[in-house]
Amino acid sequence: MTGTDVMPYSSTDDAAQHEVLQKTWAPRRGLFSWFFQIDHHSIGRRFLFTAFVWFGCGGILAALMRVQLAKPNNTFLSADRYNQIFTLHGITMMFLFGVPVMEALAVYVIPLMLGTRALAFPRANAYAYYLFLFAGLMVYGALFLDMAPDTGWFSYVPLASPAFAPGKRVDIWAELVNFTEISALIVAVEIVVTILKQRAPGMSIHRMPLYVWSMLVTALMIIFAMPSVMVASNFIGLDRLVGTHIFNPAEGGDVLLWQHLFWFFGHPEVYIIFIPGLGIVSSIVTVFCRRPVFGYTAMVLSLVATAFMGFGLWVHHMFATGLPQSGESFFTAASMMIAIPSGVQIFCWIATIWLGRPSYRPPFMFVLGFFAVFVIGGLSGVMVASVPLDIQLHDTFFVVAHLHYVLIGGAVFPLLGGIFYWFPKMTGRLMHEGLGHASFWLVFIGFNVTFFPMHKLGLSGMPRRVYTYLPETGWGALNLLATIGAGVLGLGMLLFFGNALWNMWRGRAAGADPWGGDTLEWATSSPPPHYNFLRLPVVSGREPLWHEPERAPVVAGLAADKREVLITHVFDAAPDHRYVYPSPSPWPFVAALATAAMLVGGLFTPWSFAIGLTVLAIFLTAWFWPSSPAKEGEESADSPKSGEAS
Amino acid sequence: MLMNVLTYAALVHESVLDPAGTHARTIAGLWSVFLWVTAAIYVLVMVALVIALMRRGKHDAAETPRGTYAAVWVAGAASVMVLFALLTASILTGRAVAEERSEPLRITLTGRQWWWQIDYEDADPSRRITSANEITVPVGVPVTIHLHSSDVIHSFWVPSLNGKRDLIPGHDGTITILAERAGLFRGQCAEFCGVQHAKMALWVNAVEPAIYARWVEGSRKTARTPSTPSEIAGLQVFLRSPCPLCHTIQGTDASGSTAPDLTHLASRRSLGADSLPNTRAALTGWIRDAQQAKPGCQMPAIDLRSEELNALVDYLGSLQ
Amino acid sequence: MSSRATIDVSDLPDFAFGSRSIMWWATVWTIAIEGAVFAATIATYFYLQGNEKSWPPADTPLPGLFWPTVNVLVLLLSLLPNQIVKNAAERCDLRTVRIGMVVADLFAVAFVVVRVFEFHHLNVRWDSNAYGSITWTLLGFHTFHLVTDLADSIVLTVLMFSRHGHAPKRFVDVAENSFYWYFVVISWIPIYAVLYWSPRVL
Ligand code: HEA
Ligand code: HEA
Ligand code: HEC
Ligand code: CUA
Ligand SMILES: [Cu+2]
Repeated sequence: MTGTDVMPYSSTDDAAQHEVLQKTWAPRRGLFSWFFQIDHHSIGRRFLFTAFVWFGCGGILAALMRVQLAKPNNTFLSADRYNQIFTLHGITMMFLFGVPVMEALAVYVIPLMLGTRALAFPRANAYAYYLFLFAGLMVYGALFLDMAPDTGWFSYVPLASPAFAPGKRVDIWAELVNFTEISALIVAVEIVVTILKQRAPGMSIHRMPLYVWSMLVTALMIIFAMPSVMVASNFIGLDRLVGTHIFNPAEGGDVLLWQHLFWFFGHPEVYIIFIPGLGIVSSIVTVFCRRPVFGYTAMVLSLVATAFMGFGLWVHHMFATGLPQSGESFFTAASMMIAIPSGVQIFCWIATIWLGRPSYRPPFMFVLGFFAVFVIGGLSGVMVASVPLDIQLHDTFFVVAHLHYVLIGGAVFPLLGGIFYWFPKMTGRLMHEGLGHASFWLVFIGFNVTFFPMHKLGLSGMPRRVYTYLPETGWGALNLLATIGAGVLGLGMLLFFGNALWNMWRGRAAGADPWGGDTLEWATSSPPPHYNFLRLPVVSGREPLWHEPERAPVVAGLAADKREVLITHVFDAAPDHRYVYPSPSPWPFVAALATAAMLVGGLFTPWSFAIGLTVLAIFLTAWFWPSSPAKEGEESADSPKSGEAS
Repeated sequence: MLMNVLTYAALVHESVLDPAGTHARTIAGLWSVFLWVTAAIYVLVMVALVIALMRRGKHDAAETPRGTYAAVWVAGAASVMVLFALLTASILTGRAVAEERSEPLRITLTGRQWWWQIDYEDADPSRRITSANEITVPVGVPVTIHLHSSDVIHSFWVPSLNGKRDLIPGHDGTITILAERAGLFRGQCAEFCGVQHAKMALWVNAVEPAIYARWVEGSRKTARTPSTPSEIAGLQVFLRSPCPLCHTIQGTDASGSTAPDLTHLASRRSLGADSLPNTRAALTGWIRDAQQAKPGCQMPAIDLRSEELNALVDYLGSLQ
Repeated sequence: MSSRATIDVSDLPDFAFGSRSIMWWATVWTIAIEGAVFAATIATYFYLQGNEKSWPPADTPLPGLFWPTVNVLVLLLSLLPNQIVKNAAERCDLRTVRIGMVVADLFAVAFVVVRVFEFHHLNVRWDSNAYGSITWTLLGFHTFHLVTDLADSIVLTVLMFSRHGHAPKRFVDVAENSFYWYFVVISWIPIYAVLYWSPRVL
């Protein structure tokens, strides 16, 4: 590591530095420049926006379901429509919203929080974004063609097998999984590598903000969980397309195998959506209680423990299949014990609030909503973890209640808080606080009115995934109540996003640090310049901005005329080497287009993959082929070291 | 039949919280334990949160009073203990409800898209009973139901009697029910199984043993011979139409095996796995076009002249 | 006018090998992903095996052992040029890298050719029964991963012969490519054992 010395520089130095960096890092301009962008701001914003658009679509589908269920024997939707809609709602929320939105936020925020100039592998990031975009377009296109998947988000075989699901609907499900998982895996690798190798000097592993920890853990979970569902979806694709028998009991295949493969992914999946939420809660609690989170080490260990234990719970989704009792007891025990790390985090946050001075601004309100809602969902999770209770509650509206309490309580509430919190950083403007409070209360009340009655409905025998029910069942009243609640909830959501959209242009200017934040993203202007930091910060504590940031040392000597990034050591974040990042390129877009065409073509013929892969190989070669040595920092190995910033 | 519909609410039980079987009662007991324990935890956590929010005289950011550590430790340790208690309660209950019972009565339940076939097994084939969507059982006797599916996964669930158990192709299983009192217990297929998963319900009719014996006696008989001219015509219509391709009426030539056995149709409460009440009007409508009441179901609309239909319904309505 | 302590990084290298480089980490996580894919597929293999009384099921002959064993040898031998390339890359020795990569690529091509024979001697069709399906699928996944890596290596080889071959960055890519090849070899051994030996000895 190089020494620290004091170097004077003036505002004219700053201006010159800015000039050069701006030129180096600015995105391309021009007609087709949209397809060239690879910087984590543009891609991150697009990613977020697209994920919220799919969220809106999933929400509209939810509203349709609620209308249909509002009264018995309703004929607003046909059975077949309803089945497509609930399936698409589930896959939208899990594959097109839950995971991507959390990754998208991280794509935007993590490089800033780490004090670096860019996300690792920016071109791959753009590729992942386009795949994700095409995934949603494909599946919503299918809905309009009456071809949307209709077998539920976990698409059990044999219902999804060729014998019982002719047509292309299930193939579209399988392709959607391929699209979104490839995308999610790519982003996960980028996030892990960025976090491990691009932290600001001094941000050793025990100084990482908790949000960064949560994304590291999430990304690692993605890496180990998603392959399982990709394997499963490819198996079902092969069974359907070329006649293999992996899930065909008549030929030695097995239908429970599907459930194991799916839930080995599916259970971690829900924590993949939830753990980033925990990170957001930590960020907001810290800033709005003006105090570091109590029990940093316990918090980190809890995140890691949740991730590890999360891989040992999958069978709790299969209790009604009648697995051996000893095995079931193990999974009950494991499922209940995962309440400990969640509980520890809740207790630590309460302790932080206890010690701190809370200020009730909208992000903090959403965090309070998280407490009130998530804990109910967690406790109902403990109930369904018990085998005897679960064989009563499984596949009923009780589970629907549980899953929305944890997903919306544990992930969406923190996410909305996080959007409110980071909105000024992304747009340079503040969302309206009054409207923020109003939307919070609408969402909070609407949410509980919608989903609390579902617990009772499940106990009263209402199975999930039914398009209608008889008046004699007596389920009408609570369903009507739930539908009314969903209306209020929808209004709250509209208000929230209306507030965001309006203030993107009209909002009050935010300044660099509107909340008095503790982490590095608040050290640069809002929105940040393309190069993020004029001079890369050096940190010496967990809350760098709370310890005289004006006096903290900065990094010098990084080239400004090239896209140079500082790579640091994994554990202590000591500067290690400089590395030049690629420039904007249209190839990620083109390659994603080819991938999408190949996957969609695969719905019809396996030859699509042979042709597609060849074409893709050509595009990928073009992608990785260096444009010109000088631009990419490709002086030959024996030439003198590249120059410094002017 | 009209009576059945009117007294529905009073007669029918379909709730985890309204147990009428030993298994469901044991589980309901566990439910109460979990409900109260978790409710208490919730209240404690929320109270702690509210106090934390309201507390005056906050500390300096620098210091952390030692009491805070103690409090978090205590909360964590208490959680561990509570969870172990819940786990123990859960495992003990699980053992209790999983206990194997002797099986004087053996019933095979086959899940079909989207109805239930019910076979009362017997070594002597002439004593077997085949029915659909309605299981009659004697009160106080454990009944082991063998679960089988030859198409997709379904799930047998009668909340007032026991938890659910999936019917999985290639993995036959069993579930035991023991009704403690007479009553009609409704259940619905609990695993999504395709278009008409919503309309795949069934009934368990628990009756006193004496009544049960009479029911068995009656059900083993072949179908009642038509007596009125209209009924006789109805049987002819039935046999002429495509019905026998799929349906069986014992004692006639109709022996199809892909649809509900109609031998004692008139003694059942409902049609189409509880899509419709078993009334004359509903039956007429069902035969004219089953797709109306249960879109996507495997019974096609049958084109019949109205007198034919009338006779057919007369005949089917006589199959007590 | 401000003055601030600075950390000067200008004399740090502008590339690095091994766990210092981000390419290495990307490779590691790619390996983790592919390893998880193979693990799930192998788990499926044994799960299906557990359902059968005999494995392969009655009337299905065992898969031929000759060609896959040849392939084990091919891969083990390929480690030699591979290691030479890796060492040369880390020395930024372009000449050796170029020759070594061509040799290493030839090994990979040989492997793919032998793979064709391997498929021919599986003695079962993918659509005969579940055993055939999972055998083909597992071997198929491995072939897919191999062919993509081969394509990747060939592109990189060509790149090393171009004017871009001099860039230090490229040597890092070459070293990571060799590192990845170790995974190709190491993952083949268990798959070989599962496909060809487990039906014989288990
Ligand atoms: C954000 C996502 C999320 C989260 C965090 C959780 C958290 C938990 N879930 Fe949930 N779950 C889902 C999403 C999630 N779940 C989804 C989507 C499904 C349905 C899938 C489908 O079928 O479509 C599902 C289904 C599901 C099932 C299967 C139900 C069924 O189909 O029959 C089970 C069973 O064990 C379960 C258990 C749990 C448990 C024990 C937790 C625990 O992690 C909860 C732990 C938290 C707490 C308990 C609260 C805080 C703790 C304290 C305050 C400490 C004190 C507490 C005690 C002493 C008890 N979940
Ligand atoms: C993160 C996950 C998530 C979220 C947020 C939601 C949100 C909602 N869900 Fe859903 N739900 C699931 C995950 C989720 N759900 C899953 C996994 C299933 C199981 C599926 C299956 O069985 O296969 C399910 C199933 C499910 C069912 C059961 C269906 C059945 O079994 O028959 C119902 C029924 O009421 C329901 C309702 C709702 C409602 C009313 C909302 C509301 O909260 C929705 C509110 C949101 C809006 C109204 C959108 C407003 C937003 C905008 C307008 C944004 C605009 C943005 C821009 C312009 C940038 N959901
Ligand atoms: C192609 C097969 C097929 C034919 C032909 C057919 N049915 Fe059906 N039928 C079914 C199936 C399948 C069901 C169960 C539908 C369900 O509940 O989903 C059924 C259900 C019924 C039921 C309700 C039984 C119950 O217990 O719920 C009646 C009554 C009935 N059919 C009468 C008839 C008559 C009368 C005809 C001829 C005019 C006929 N069916 C022709 C397949 C058929
Ligand atoms: Cu049968 Cu759902
Ligand atoms: Cu789970």
